[in-house]
Amino acid sequence: MTPLGHRWLGAAWLVLVMTAMAAAQPSLSGFVALDVRGFPHRPSFPQQDTNQVLPSFLLQPEFYYDWPNGNNHLTVVPMARLDFSDDRRRRFDLREFNWLHAAPTWDVLVGIGKVFWGVTESRHLVDVINQTDLVEDSDGEEKLGQPMLRLALARDWGTLTFFVLPYFRQPTYPGGEGRLRPPLLVDTDSAQFESSMEEWHPDVAVRWSHALGDWDVAAGYFSGTSREPRLTLDIRDDGEPRLIPVYDQMDQASLELQWTVEAWLWKLEAITRWGNDDRFSAVVAGFEYTFFNLLGTTLDLGVLGEYLYDGRSASAPGTPFENDVFVGARLAFNDVGSTSILAGGIVDDKSGATFALIEASRRIGDRWTIELEARAFLNVPSTDLLYSVRKDDYVQLRLSRFF
Amino acid sequence: MSEHTPRQMQPTNRRRSGRLPRWMCLLLIALLPLAAAAQSPEEQKGLEISTEADQRDLGFGDSVASIEMILKNANGQTSTRELRLNTLEVPDEGDGDKILSVIQSPPDVRGTALLTYTHINEQDDQWLYLPALKRVKRISSANKSGPFLGSEFAYEDLASQEVAKYTHRYLRDEPCGELQCFVVERVPVYKDSGYTRQFTWIDHDEYRFWKVDFYDRKNDLLKTLTFSDYRQYLDQYWRALILDMHNHQTGKSTRLSYTDLRFRVGLTEADFTRNALRRSR
Repeated sequence: MTPLGHRWLGAAWLVLVMTAMAAAQPSLSGFVALDVRGFPHRPSFPQQDTNQVLPSFLLQPEFYYDWPNGNNHLTVVPMARLDFSDDRRRRFDLREFNWLHAAPTWDVLVGIGKVFWGVTESRHLVDVINQTDLVEDSDGEEKLGQPMLRLALARDWGTLTFFVLPYFRQPTYPGGEGRLRPPLLVDTDSAQFESSMEEWHPDVAVRWSHALGDWDVAAGYFSGTSREPRLTLDIRDDGEPRLIPVYDQMDQASLELQWTVEAWLWKLEAITRWGNDDRFSAVVAGFEYTFFNLLGTTLDLGVLGEYLYDGRSASAPGTPFENDVFVGARLAFNDVGSTSILAGGIVDDKSGATFALIEASRRIGDRWTIELEARAFLNVPSTDLLYSVRKDDYVQLRLSRFF
Repeated sequence: MSEHTPRQMQPTNRRRSGRLPRWMCLLLIALLPLAAAAQSPEEQKGLEISTEADQRDLGFGDSVASIEMILKNANGQTSTRELRLNTLEVPDEGDGDKILSVIQSPPDVRGTALLTYTHINEQDDQWLYLPALKRVKRISSANKSGPFLGSEFAYEDLASQEVAKYTHRYLRDEPCGELQCFVVERVPVYKDSGYTRQFTWIDHDEYRFWKVDFYDRKNDLLKTLTFSDYRQYLDQYWRALILDMHNHQTGKSTRLSYTDLRFRVGLTEADFTRNALRRSR
């Protein structure tokens, strides 16, 4: 689509939305948060902010409009981040801006939306629709809003969902001053695309999901712009080295399985991906077992174990999860404040490189929450993708007010 | 990656879901004289009372409810939870109800939803929807005695109260308020219960529950549940709109009240699919 066509579409969309909003019942929710990150180590690169305590703010309201007959809904979720050190974390994004029409056995969604595929905890291998928002969180669970047309059909034999994704978004990368970044600046403005349509290549996807007794199964297919770029080294005219992201076209078939029996969850995610004259497969498989009412108390203790394999070649976009093991534990207090703690680590089978994490949260009163998040990168050898962030261990305290 | 949400939210007592199939009840009643050697007259009468209470709740179809829970600790500090609860009676006699519950408050977990397919002879199927991640996750339904949303209600208190989950024994008649009640002792036979036994007070007139005393695993009195503000729906179904649970050991209490309750609003199977869960609010 031409930029002009794009603009017209945008204007038509806005008119539609404004008309609709006038007729609908609005509601507002969301939260505002203060994040304080503490970095115990000095940064690896000279440009990086040497302050060891870095505060930032996050605002994420949700406007929701419901039409009187209950079948049409408009959701608008903007987010704004104010960061004092990294200019690429000073930004605004539309997480959602979509219209949903829901009929009993089908629904259609148009606009910017978010979709989750998958069953495992340590890595979201099959989750291919939305782009990862790396500057928000390094764990890959924060996503950018994705423009889409989504049609879901709910049938006796499962739910079939079709996606048309008319516009591609690049992942976010921290700026030069930011922590948790690659060794060189990623120059997203100079990104290269295999498709001549660049970001406007229409990507398509389909997913079937079904529950059969104790089994939940899903199969997906995606064809379009790879969400992960290859990062190639380039020297700017002024002699400054940089990384240029290159986005190949790819096809990916995926499978998700979960077997739930008593307190056990057994999980599997697998993909096979081809494109750029390469083909590889990857798997995450594991379990989660919960000891409910631990030792006669109201505590629940969940233990998690997952094995991660990725068979990609060196020419494919890099991953730190070639052959890794994840172990973790989740403690839920089941108290008034919903206190919970999650701790775990992903360990590389060969090098012993470890990504360790702790996440804890509790509610204070009815509208406040406090969350602690700690991440550490241990024993990272220079050959590992995580080498550039090896000094970026941090502890983050988040205080949120919900409204 | 962190998430913490309830795995089961069926805040109705005297729920009809997953009871004995009707033919089995008839069979049981028919066989009662034969079982007399194994079953005392008190056990016979206890089962009859519980079965009658259960039978009177058949055929409601579907319902939507708004629920408020006020949690109070021993110092009197309170905390509020709001839920929406949709229920579909499954006519298939071998199976239990389908329940969709959505948390409305506190706001940090607003929109978190749980879909439950209750079953009689096997564990329930449960899917949790986490709105921040847009993730639908199948979860274990093995928890029974844990607290529901931090309240004094355990999951098993709010789950279906089907006859076959207990053995029953009639103890005596005694007045309960202005009414006359049967007092029936019941002992959970399902796995993982936090109780050794319960005493239930059921009135003679309409077979409504008025009070339940819960005894913990050490056989000490743990909690008392009282029912009040009974209303009749569709000229047939009695529902208590206020349920008070008091914990004698901790001094904490929870009041669960229905702020809205409507029957036969036209819900269908399609409103209880995982796809419907994904778009619930």
